[in-house]
Amino acid sequence: MRIVVPVKQVPDLVEDLEIGPDGASLDEDLVKYVLNEFDDHALEEALQLKEAGSDVEVVVLALDYGDVDQVLFTSLAKGADRATKVTGDFSSAPDSHTTARALAATLSGMQFDLVLTGVQAIDDLDGQVGPLLATLLEAPHVSVATHLKLEADGRTLSVQQEYGGGITADLEVDLPAVVGVQAARATPRYASVSRVRQLMRSAELETASADVTASAALKIERLFKPVSTTHAQMIDGSPTDVADAITRILSDRGLLKG
Amino acid sequence: MADVLVVAEHLNGALTDITFEMLGKARELSTGLGGHATLALLGSDVRPLADQLGAANAVLLVEDPALDPYTPDAWQQVLASIIRERQPALVLVGNTGMGIDLAAGLSAALDLPLAAYCADLRLDNGAVLATSQVYGGKLFAESRLPGSGAIASVMAGAFSTDAGKSSSPATVEAIPAPKIHSRVRFKRLNVPEAGDVDITREQILVSVGRGIQEEDNIALVAELASALGGAVSASRPIIDNGWLPRVRQVGKSGMKVKPRLYIAIGISGAPEHLEGMRDAELIVAVNTDAKAPIFDVAQYGTTVDLFDLLPVLTEKIREMRAVAA
Repeated sequence: MRIVVPVKQVPDLVEDLEIGPDGASLDEDLVKYVLNEFDDHALEEALQLKEAGSDVEVVVLALDYGDVDQVLFTSLAKGADRATKVTGDFSSAPDSHTTARALAATLSGMQFDLVLTGVQAIDDLDGQVGPLLATLLEAPHVSVATHLKLEADGRTLSVQQEYGGGITADLEVDLPAVVGVQAARATPRYASVSRVRQLMRSAELETASADVTASAALKIERLFKPVSTTHAQMIDGSPTDVADAITRILSDRGLLKG
Repeated sequence: MADVLVVAEHLNGALTDITFEMLGKARELSTGLGGHATLALLGSDVRPLADQLGAANAVLLVEDPALDPYTPDAWQQVLASIIRERQPALVLVGNTGMGIDLAAGLSAALDLPLAAYCADLRLDNGAVLATSQVYGGKLFAESRLPGSGAIASVMAGAFSTDAGKSSSPATVEAIPAPKIHSRVRFKRLNVPEAGDVDITREQILVSVGRGIQEEDNIALVAELASALGGAVSASRPIIDNGWLPRVRQVGKSGMKVKPRLYIAIGISGAPEHLEGMRDAELIVAVNTDAKAPIFDVAQYGTTVDLFDLLPVLTEKIREMRAVAA
């Protein structure tokens, strides 16, 4: 059984995001990329399925931009069997439709049973990659999924799909399928820096090329920082000063009655 | 066509709020575009739901046992065929556990552009402008949707339900279901039991997020909650780590809460979280990142380190309540 995990890099929100001179995209020079946290969960879930005993091969795909080598070698260090860099004209993070098309082009030449993506990414303004990719591959898809379980017949996967209010549905999906993972069953593992470095010297990344453009592209006219109409009144000072102020506010509102 | 088509969402036999939120917006947009607000109602035996959907100019009803309960595969197939035939200018889908699959799936199936995470939709020079909340709420992106057809997935709570609610029944047009070949099968619905605490009923919540760093540190938050006579709730990462049970989760995929007091400890305020708590009467946020979006919904905030603040604050509140009692 082959599980493919396409991972993508997204701008690190720890850094300030600056809008580029066109007013409609990020200033690429200032963007620091990190792995999409949901993709980290998708990879962890794939590794968990592999370790659950079935004969599973985990293949990680990433488009060639940002620190793609680092991302792929880290995936190998975590336990992926193979890592493929998808090359093409990706000077910066492509939109979801372009990403899905590039991944679909790569996957169409490859046998696979299950594709696990992160359920979403902070930059997928034009939709989540999982269902886009599934539809291009004519495969079924389920997003917002947890509790993945490969059934013994090797042809179906059981998942829970989350709705609001803590309600979930148990669904069964025919393979091959694309599943958008909300959260892995365990906290995504870390790979040690030394192990990643060692692999960078000893292992090889595979490559595939995919030159695509999205047809149904969303045209962004303007990117802007929210001008919040409200902002918290900030309380400064020492921890004691702040504790005093908060206590007073709560007391004034009658929230500290015995 | 200049119609705006809403995909109705229902769970456990009831229409969800987002259906009415989208329908109200669809009325406004379709009027401006010179078309109608239509609504696709999929399921089996769901015709009675149309009695609450009079705000739509027409309800397109598709009933088939394969459509109830919802599965993304079956719904996508039916909706794709409706949209192909009716050619609405805009399709509205909830950006929810159900809608994420449908919006992106339909976008790929029909080759229509999609604006996800819509916090606003409005008319501008005869076109629909979509405002999407991206980068964890740090930025908004505005895109102009082509009149020839587009899809928008709408964040829950972005619009009021008022304009979408109606006590008069809708005009129903029953459409025969196309042949459905679903590769996703529904097994069962899991409705959580309230467990030890029902956070939706608590008046005071002290909510903990990633900033707490380690499971053992949650005790600090529990002590503050106990001093206040409230309960502990949490944002998603804490629940995913298994540090607190799922019934304590506040947010889009968890519970929607509206306490008198909500203290957010080490929570940055991702859109998914804000959706579950922004209606609290008083919000106080503690986060070392002064730019965290949680401060946009909080009335009071501080960037003092939570590990320095919590012990002092808990002590002071204990003293104060002891005096008050």
